[in-house]
Amino acid sequence: MNSNNSFLLSIEDLTVSFDGFKAVDALNLFIEKDELRVIIGPNGAGKTTVLDMICGKTQPTTGSIKFKNSELVGLPEHQIVRRGVGRKFQTPSIYENLTVFENLEVSYPKGHSVMGCVAFRRTKEVVDRIHEMAEEISLQDYPDIEGAFLSHGQKQWLEIGMLLMQEPELIMLDEPVAGMSPAEREQTAALIQRICKGRCIIVIDHDMEFVSRIAHKVTVLHLGKILAEGSMEEIQRNPKVIDVYLGH
Amino acid sequence: MKNIYTRVFRGGNGLASFVAVALLLLVVLPCSLDIFRLNLLGKYLTYAFVAVGLVMLWGKAGVLSLGQGVFFGLGGYCMAMFLKLEASDPVSTKIQSTPGIPDFMDWNQLTHLPAFWIPFKSLSFSLCAVILLPTLVAFIIGMAMFKRRVGGVYFAVITQALALILSMGIDSRQGYTGGRNGITDLKTLCGWDIRTHHAQYILYFVTCALLLGAILFSQWLLSGKVGKMLLAIRDREDRVRFSGYDVSMFKVAAFCFAAALSGIGGALFVLQVGFISPSLVGIVPSIEMVIFAAVGGRASLYGAVYGTLLVNTGKSLFSENFPQLWLFAMGGLFIGVVVLFPDGLAGLCDLARKKTGLAIKKLRAGSSSITAPEIAQTIVKGEES
Amino acid sequence: MMFAYTGAELWNIAVMQGFAGLSLFSVLLLMALGLAIIFGQMGVVNLAHGEFMALGAYTVYLCSTLVSNHAPALQPYYFVIAIFVAFLVAALVGLLVEWSLIRFLYKRPLDTLLATWGLSLIMQQSFRSIFGAREVTPTLPEWLMGSFKPTPSIDIPINGVFVMGLTLLLTFGVWFFMFRSRTGLHMRATVQNRAMSDAVGINTKLVDRFTFCLGCGIAGVAGAAFTTIGSTGPDSGSRYIVDTFLVVVLGGTASLLGTIASAFGIAQAQSISEFFLEGTMGKVAVLSGIVIVLMIRPKGLFPSKVRTHS
Repeated sequence: MNSNNSFLLSIEDLTVSFDGFKAVDALNLFIEKDELRVIIGPNGAGKTTVLDMICGKTQPTTGSIKFKNSELVGLPEHQIVRRGVGRKFQTPSIYENLTVFENLEVSYPKGHSVMGCVAFRRTKEVVDRIHEMAEEISLQDYPDIEGAFLSHGQKQWLEIGMLLMQEPELIMLDEPVAGMSPAEREQTAALIQRICKGRCIIVIDHDMEFVSRIAHKVTVLHLGKILAEGSMEEIQRNPKVIDVYLGH
Repeated sequence: MKNIYTRVFRGGNGLASFVAVALLLLVVLPCSLDIFRLNLLGKYLTYAFVAVGLVMLWGKAGVLSLGQGVFFGLGGYCMAMFLKLEASDPVSTKIQSTPGIPDFMDWNQLTHLPAFWIPFKSLSFSLCAVILLPTLVAFIIGMAMFKRRVGGVYFAVITQALALILSMGIDSRQGYTGGRNGITDLKTLCGWDIRTHHAQYILYFVTCALLLGAILFSQWLLSGKVGKMLLAIRDREDRVRFSGYDVSMFKVAAFCFAAALSGIGGALFVLQVGFISPSLVGIVPSIEMVIFAAVGGRASLYGAVYGTLLVNTGKSLFSENFPQLWLFAMGGLFIGVVVLFPDGLAGLCDLARKKTGLAIKKLRAGSSSITAPEIAQTIVKGEES
Repeated sequence: MMFAYTGAELWNIAVMQGFAGLSLFSVLLLMALGLAIIFGQMGVVNLAHGEFMALGAYTVYLCSTLVSNHAPALQPYYFVIAIFVAFLVAALVGLLVEWSLIRFLYKRPLDTLLATWGLSLIMQQSFRSIFGAREVTPTLPEWLMGSFKPTPSIDIPINGVFVMGLTLLLTFGVWFFMFRSRTGLHMRATVQNRAMSDAVGINTKLVDRFTFCLGCGIAGVAGAAFTTIGSTGPDSGSRYIVDTFLVVVLGGTASLLGTIASAFGIAQAQSISEFFLEGTMGKVAVLSGIVIVLMIRPKGLFPSKVRTHS
């Protein structure tokens, strides 16, 4: 089963061990274009570690990660990003001393090199794109507010907006609704469903209601291995999953 | 042109700071000081180049180097080697056993000029080397360290070790470098005697002009995307990396820029003071230059100039009157600035400005439609500083 | 040049050179131990570490003056007690410094660097004001003088052996304390996960204070031991600080074994290169070598492998 061309992301035989402990163990995962995949699993199942390896933060011990049929393992983080992989972290990770506008501007995918930065100009095209994005993430009213003064939910949206600025084909969201109010969850779910068109998204979350709202397909990780994979209903009926989640 | 103007002076505020510094350096001080004091001041201003570089590297990008003396020294030595060769023509050195080589080489039984000295017979080569040699060294060190994600305390300690290595290395190769005494007795620059009062005046103004130019150039860089990138890297390096930037190259560039500025400072030091020695390269001067930037406000370009002038003036006053108290004062300054005033003089100015600004905003908030986050921002900022 | 020596002479040179290397090793290790604890456990860089060593040395000098003025009969024994006093004095000053300065800077490691540099300037000037600019030497007891002569041409100084013994004792003591005592367990727990340690009832602030105190105290003992080798001046401390840091950083900050290995490696390299290169060039070569190694292996020779939390 070598890399099948129809998948945007194919992870094969991925393993990482920290001093002998296998956090992810011979994992195989295939995600198609336009798909919204949710990965769930108990704490320590290796969910975040999988995302870390896809985006280059952690080097796998063995295995391969192919994105659009090219290997990501071994590339530095910024190269992986430039190929179209975006990552949102668990805790909101924005530039607190920059304004919303500047946060989005820094994420604009032009002028990545040092000299490119020196030559970068805030053209009308850039400004329009930023305003468009601010609207998308419901922050159009606060372009000049520094990141530090946004609410927790707004910070999460801003970070998603920063990812979207780069128009990635694969977006990874690590617990995007953690700490959000019910209304904010609604808005986030709608946002995620909107941005899913034309790309694929991997979401990690614990909130089953939220998961069942957005997921096309769910993967359950347990002890670094895939326990089950399928639609939300299938997963909820799966006795192994019930055992892992409720058995203890 | 107009675009550059707005970027460099950012409204009236930046312009006011610039005019204040320019007036002080170009009019007030030259008019009120004798040439001896002015020359001393010119010497301090060469340190301000290092401090401006540190503002960019430490204040903006968050990378602390405790080895900026290395680059100051490299720039200084490049300049001094040229001047020394000019001062050591065969006629004025005819009493040596080998005429035509610098005196310290003759004392150390060298019979010909070492190969690495030969290019420094050319002024243009020397001037290029003043900037390029520090930049190159910084590039190599920066690539080796930042690419491997060495930063923070490790980087500081290793750059400090470099300062020690270079000063000890120069010290121990007396025949090639002039050793502990350094390179002394520098007389002319292309026949122009740099020791006269007239020359010292001119060199003072050249130093001021270059320093102001360096500040404006840095300000121009900071007002654009580079400034935001450096801030972003300082605050959230990971996010920058995951926005597709190669963070290490930005740090390398900031380090190179700071090194180049330090090199220029070193060369101007040599021209004004007439010598260079390893005592300007080592650990102590390197870390003192950090405190110049810290006193002015580590993130303030103009503050760097004030900080340098203040600390050095204080140093000369103390060492003339109470030499035994100077180290206490300096030690207290390090601790005080870091613990009590991490933003230095610039922070104090901002505080005063914000206090008034806060009062005005509070008044306005009652009547007009300012959004809640805006008020929160103003209030928190006022309290923070 | 080698041929000028006979076999026996070469053997003697090798023994003496080996001893010089070992002696330097114990000096470096003794200096680095306290720093390794503070830097490794707390991430705090104490640039005044050298001055804490000088503080220990001056304490021994004071004890010596006191004893020779008031109780000359105790002369042979005072040194052992003086080492304890040096530990206490340095630890107490460390406590004061932690309480008044360091605890405000735990989140700002680069600023700690500058603040402790300021502290070192103040301590240096205090030494100069109190004890004068001249270097001082305590009166050493008889039993520390002289040397062993296993063969007529081999000469092993007793003070060197004493420093080695003390280093061995102190290293073992630190190891035992860190890995076999409950306080040591708390210290290690705090390094690994501060929030969790707080949650299980460890007073992590107290642990920090204690760690800093202990590191300073050990620096004091190191300084006390060095009075047997050389004299003490106001700026004695600053001469060692870079070497000490490089030992710790090269070893990998989180590992006692790494510190020992790196002290050993640096000492051997230095004593060999000083044999071949003149003057300070040997030291320049060794320092450059260390910096190059650190550029290739920035985490040191013995890095700890754990998953990093973002």
